[in-house]
Amino acid sequence: MHEWALAEGVISTATRFAEANGLTSVTEVVVMVGELQQVEHEVLRFAFEQLKTPLFKDAEFILRTQPAKFKCRNCGHEWSFKAEGMTEEVSEAIHFVPEMAHVYIKCGECGSPDFEVTEGRGVWLATIKGVRKAE
Amino acid sequence: MDRVIAVSSGKGGVGKSMVATTMALSLAGKGLKVGLLDLDFTSPSTHIILGVEGLYPEEDYGVVPPLARGLRYMSIVHYSLDEPAPLRGQDVSNAIIELLAITRWGELDYLIVDMPPGIGDATLDTLRLIPRIEFIVVTTPSVVAYRSVKRLLLLLLDLKMPVIGVIENMVMNRSSYVEDEVRSLGLRYLGALHYDEELEAAVGDPSELLKTGFGKGVAKLAQGLA
Repeated sequence: MHEWALAEGVISTATRFAEANGLTSVTEVVVMVGELQQVEHEVLRFAFEQLKTPLFKDAEFILRTQPAKFKCRNCGHEWSFKAEGMTEEVSEAIHFVPEMAHVYIKCGECGSPDFEVTEGRGVWLATIKGVRKAE
Repeated sequence: MDRVIAVSSGKGGVGKSMVATTMALSLAGKGLKVGLLDLDFTSPSTHIILGVEGLYPEEDYGVVPPLARGLRYMSIVHYSLDEPAPLRGQDVSNAIIELLAITRWGELDYLIVDMPPGIGDATLDTLRLIPRIEFIVVTTPSVVAYRSVKRLLLLLLDLKMPVIGVIENMVMNRSSYVEDEVRSLGLRYLGALHYDEELEAAVGDPSELLKTGFGKGVAKLAQGLA
């Protein structure tokens, strides 16, 4: 998914969470970024800065990468994602639609495309810190 | 986006992609702004009917579908490059969510969605994720096809989804079986498209496609949409 759309999703989820929990100001947002999609951290960070509303005026956005791991459904082999050696075309395809991994990546043991992405897919909100309004 | 129309069927091989693509081309031919979204991830075929290969969406705060034969066109083949995409149900769902989230269609009068057959993940996700979607359901005259199509119709009726009507495709000998069945469900029978021997030769060539008997038949049905 494109970084801008990801940032919009994170801001909107964080806003809903902050409002539901009575936060008047958000101070820290930790965002987990799955490695599989090779999201550009700098672009994501820039998008957060551009999209932030007054609620996030004092917020620091911390990005953490979760390595991508796969498990073969056919033979049980587990392995980690390696971006090296991928053509730009393949890398872009997986960047936009991560399920395209099943088109371009095969199990190193048995060659099956039937594997599970056990970790490192998508972008999600991990924690959020803020100031709660006085009772 | 004014209207989102899913061309669907309970059964494969009834000509959904042909109807969807031809309908999109025919609407665009009238000067309307039309998008075509191929959601049949395991067997995409609208690019073959349009005769376009090697298209790639432009990136601009999301992705902008390339123009293909006057249509804004989105298909998984832009990313799978027509290689096999063996996806399980959850992967299909995730890929649909991803594609719907990243695509910026711009202003459209119609978005035509070529659906995968059946009532599995893709159909359920489309019902869940695309608000205001309306269905055109395609069947053939065969009882074998219609019985599966009927299950889709019953599901759509049960979920109170808007069904524009049913198209009977590949008709060779006219019988009233499908028409009677459709009407008995309280749905519109949109019409019959006759089996067209010239159609195969027009695959990949939209202007020829629109000149075939099939093309003219679909154009007539598309006129009824407005």
